[in-house]
Amino acid sequence: MNALTTSAAGLRRAARDHIRTPRLETPFHERLAALSEVNDWYSWAGYKAPHSLFDGELEYFAIRSTAALFDISPMVKYRITGPDAERYLNRLTLRDVRKLAVGRVQYTAWCDDHGHVLDDGTLFRLGEADFRLCCQERHLPWLLDSAFGFSVDIREETEEIAGLALQGPTSYAVLRDAGFAGVEALKPFAVATFPHEGGEVTISRTGFTGDLGYELFVPRAKALSLWDRLWSAGELHAIRAIGYGALNQARIEAGFIVANTDFVTAEGALRADRERMPDEIGLDWLVDPDKPNFNGRRAILDARRNQTLRYILVGLEIEGNIPAEHAIVYHRKKHEAGIVTAGIWSPTAKRNIAIASLERPYGSKFTEDLWVEIYAMRELQYQKLMKRAKIVPRPIVKLARRTATPPGLK
Amino acid sequence: MTSFDAIVIGAGHNGLAAATRLAKGGRKVLVLEAANGPGGAARGREFSPGFRSAGLAHIVNRLDADVARDIGLDLAGGETLLPTTVLDGSGKAVTLHGAYGESIDGVPAEEQAAFAALRKKLIFQAGILKRFLRRPPPQIGAISLGDLSTLAGAGLGLLRKGRGEGRDFLRMLLMNVADVADEYLADDRLKGLLAFDATLGIHLGPRSPTSLLGLYYRLTGEAAGKTGGQVVPAGGMASIAPAFVRAAEKAGVTIRCSAPVGRILADRGKASGVVMRDGIEITAPVVVSAIHPQTTFLHLVDPAESGTGFVRSVKNVRSHGNVAKLDLALDRVPDFAGLSPEARNGRIVLARSMEQVETAFNPAKYGEFSPDPVMEITLPSLAESSLAPSGGCTLSALVQYAPYRLKAGWEAGKPAFLKIVLETLERHAPGIGRTIVAADLMTPVDIEAEYNLPGGHWHHGELQADQLLVNRPTGAASGYATPIEGLYLASAGAHPGGGISGLPGWNAARHILSGGKP
Repeated sequence: MNALTTSAAGLRRAARDHIRTPRLETPFHERLAALSEVNDWYSWAGYKAPHSLFDGELEYFAIRSTAALFDISPMVKYRITGPDAERYLNRLTLRDVRKLAVGRVQYTAWCDDHGHVLDDGTLFRLGEADFRLCCQERHLPWLLDSAFGFSVDIREETEEIAGLALQGPTSYAVLRDAGFAGVEALKPFAVATFPHEGGEVTISRTGFTGDLGYELFVPRAKALSLWDRLWSAGELHAIRAIGYGALNQARIEAGFIVANTDFVTAEGALRADRERMPDEIGLDWLVDPDKPNFNGRRAILDARRNQTLRYILVGLEIEGNIPAEHAIVYHRKKHEAGIVTAGIWSPTAKRNIAIASLERPYGSKFTEDLWVEIYAMRELQYQKLMKRAKIVPRPIVKLARRTATPPGLK
Repeated sequence: MTSFDAIVIGAGHNGLAAATRLAKGGRKVLVLEAANGPGGAARGREFSPGFRSAGLAHIVNRLDADVARDIGLDLAGGETLLPTTVLDGSGKAVTLHGAYGESIDGVPAEEQAAFAALRKKLIFQAGILKRFLRRPPPQIGAISLGDLSTLAGAGLGLLRKGRGEGRDFLRMLLMNVADVADEYLADDRLKGLLAFDATLGIHLGPRSPTSLLGLYYRLTGEAAGKTGGQVVPAGGMASIAPAFVRAAEKAGVTIRCSAPVGRILADRGKASGVVMRDGIEITAPVVVSAIHPQTTFLHLVDPAESGTGFVRSVKNVRSHGNVAKLDLALDRVPDFAGLSPEARNGRIVLARSMEQVETAFNPAKYGEFSPDPVMEITLPSLAESSLAPSGGCTLSALVQYAPYRLKAGWEAGKPAFLKIVLETLERHAPGIGRTIVAADLMTPVDIEAEYNLPGGHWHHGELQADQLLVNRPTGAASGYATPIEGLYLASAGAHPGGGISGLPGWNAARHILSGGKP
C-alpha cells in the first residue's frame, strides 16, 4: 500500500516536472545557442526561439542575398492518416483537398461553423492517405471532434518532428552541395523525401519569405546531423542562422499574414467582433464553394450574399520611412478606418510598407485618401505624424527566383 | 415513380401530425417508417397471448386541441377527466379529482386549501410558459415580430396579476419541486405526487435544481379542455395511433412501413431526399425527420455535411432514459389497498413521500436502479376490454428510476429490478403476484431497441433547462429548420418536447408551410 502511494506520488511529481522547464528547447537549440551572440530569445508556442542571433539587419540580408537557416520546430504539426483522410480534410479546410496531389503542398485555412477563421497553415500530402498539417495554434480537440464519422487517425507530432526553413537565393545551392540530389526538380509547393543518415528528410519548396526557399522536416533524433550537413555545405554560400525579426520583415514584404498578429483566431478571440471570416483577412481565394461541404461554408456564402462582411485586409505603402506598426488608419484624416497590424521599412522595396485591417467600406469602396497616424518616439516625446497611405497589392516584394525551376544558384 | 414534395421520416404521432399538416397545406407527402407498423412509441403490441399493450404512453394529458382539430383527429371519448390516486402503502389514499386535483379526498380541509393555492399558482405560471409551445422558439439573432408579441404577451400575462406574481414567477422558475412543495404542503403523499410528476422521465430528483420545470411542463398540457387534466380516449390508448394514421391518410399522406431509411441525401448543405436501407433513392425538396435528432445527424446525415461545432453539440445532447415500462397480464382486476373502486380507471401513483422519490433517484446518479422505486400505474383493459381476455386485466406501469446505463448491465439487472417492482406491487395490492399471467418489463435499453429510441428516452433528449426552447435539441437546430437547408426536425427532440401532444410535428409543418427561412 505504502509502496503504491509512494510511487503514485512519484508519478504525480514526474508529471509535474515540466514546470521546471518553463521554456522548452527545440531539437536545434544546442546549435542556435552556440551561434547566439545577442542572447535575444522569445517564446514561440512555449519554445525558446531566437528573435535575433547576431544582427537583425544582416540576418534579413541573409534571406534576400544568400541563405538563411530558421528553426521552425515550434510550428504545430499534425499527422492525419487513414482511408478517409482526404474527405476529412476536405470537410475541415477551405480548399479542395481532392485537387492536392501526392507530393504537393497547399496553403490553406480552416473555420468554425460560423465561418470564423480558426487558423491558417500548410497542408502537405505525403501519400494518398497521409497528410501533415502545419499551423501556428493548437487544434487537437477541434481536429478530433471533426473526425466523428470519418475513418482517420490524428496525431500531434510537434515534439517528434524537427523543422528547418532554408531560405534565400543560394538555398538551392546549399542543398545541392549538401548532396540532396534531385532537389532541383522541386517546383514551388512540391514536397519529396530524400535520404539522410539512414533515414529520410522531407523537403518541400515552401517558405514564409517570398524568396527561393525550402522547408525540411526530420525526426528529432536526426535534427542536429541535418543542421550540420546544411551548415557545412552552406559555408561557401554564406549560410546564416536567423531569428524571427528578420523573417518577419521578409514575410511582410511577401504579404503573408500571421495568426494572432494580423488577425485573431476564432478560438482565441475573447471579444465577439474580433473574429474574422476568410474574406475579411484576404483569404477569400481559398474558399471553394464548388467542393463538398466544409466547416463554415454556409456562413461564408451567406455573408457574401447578404454583404455582411465587415472587414478587409490590405497591403499599404506609406510615405516616409517610419514603420507604422499598430498605427490607426484614417480616411480623409478624420474617419477611423482601421489599424496597421504589421509595418516595416522594406529594405528590398525601399519603401515604408504595412499590412492593415480596415473596416468596410474603407478599403473596399473607399480606397483613396487614406492616412496613417504614426507616433514616433523621439527621446521620450511622441512626434505625431499623419502620413499618406496607398493600398497596394500583396506581395509587395515579388521575386522571380521564388518560382524559377530549376532554381538558380545565387 | 411518384414524386413527393416532402418525405417524413418516422410514423410516430409527431411524424404523422407533421405529414398531415403538410398534406393539408397542399404538399404531397410520403411517410417512411422503419417498424412494421405506424404509431411510434404509441404503437400497440401483444406482450402475452391475448394481452395487448398500447405502447409506452398510458394516459393522455397534453394532446393539443388545436393540433387535433386542425389535422382532423377523430378520437372519440376522452371527455371524462380521470382521477389520480396516491398510495403510500398505509391503506389511506389521497385522490385528486378533476384536472390535477380540482378537489381532493383523503387530506384535511386546510391541506386541501394549501394544495388549491399551490395548484392555482403553478397553473398560472405554466400558463405563461404555454404561450411558447405552439410556435418555434425565438431564433437568437433573428427575433421576429411574432416572437416579440409572444414575449410581450408573456410579460403582460405576468403583470396582469401584479408585480408580486411576476416576481414570484421569476423566483420559482428554476427552483426545485421539493422546496416549492415544502413551502405550501404538509402531506407527504401530496408532496410525493408532485415530486414524482415533476421528475417522471427526467434525470432529476425532486431536490435537484430546476426540477420544478418538469411539473410546469406537465401543467402546460390540457386534456378535455382542462389544464392538468388526464383522459383515456374511447377504445383506450391503443386507439390513438390509428386515429393519427386515419387523419394522415384522409389528408392524402402515403405511409410506408417496414421502410427503414439508410441515409439522408445532402450535398453542400442542402437536403434532397433519402436513400432507403435497401438502396432505393427517393428524392424530395423537403425532408422532415420525426425521429431522434441524434439518429438524424449522427447516423442518417453524413457528418461531413454538418459543421464540427454542430456535430459536437448534437453529440452532447443528453438522452439517457430513466424509466422502465412494465406491462402485466393478470387473470383478474387487481385490488390496491385504499383505492376506491371509482378511481380504478384513473392513474395510481405509488409514492410515500418526496424523500422516497429523492432517495429513489440517488442510485440512478451512479448507474444503479432504485431498490425502492416509485411508479405510476393504469389498468388499460378497464377502458378497453379487448386488451385482455374476458375476466383478465392488464396493468401498465412507468417505474423509475431505471437508468439506461446500468452499471451492472441490464441483462443481470432486469430480473432483479423486476423482482423489486413486483414486490412493491404486492405490498400495495396483496395477492396480485398470484394473478400474474405474464410480466413484461422494458428497461430503457429494451425501449431503445423496440421503438428505435436512442437512450430509451421518450422525450428524445432530457427535458431540462439547458435543452429547452432555443436549445432544443441544440441552438442551431432549435427552430425546426437545421443547418442543412430542406432538412427539418419534428420529433419530441424538437421544441416543445415529448409526450403525446403532436406539437413538435405540427409546429414544424407549419414552419415549413410558412416558408420560414432556415
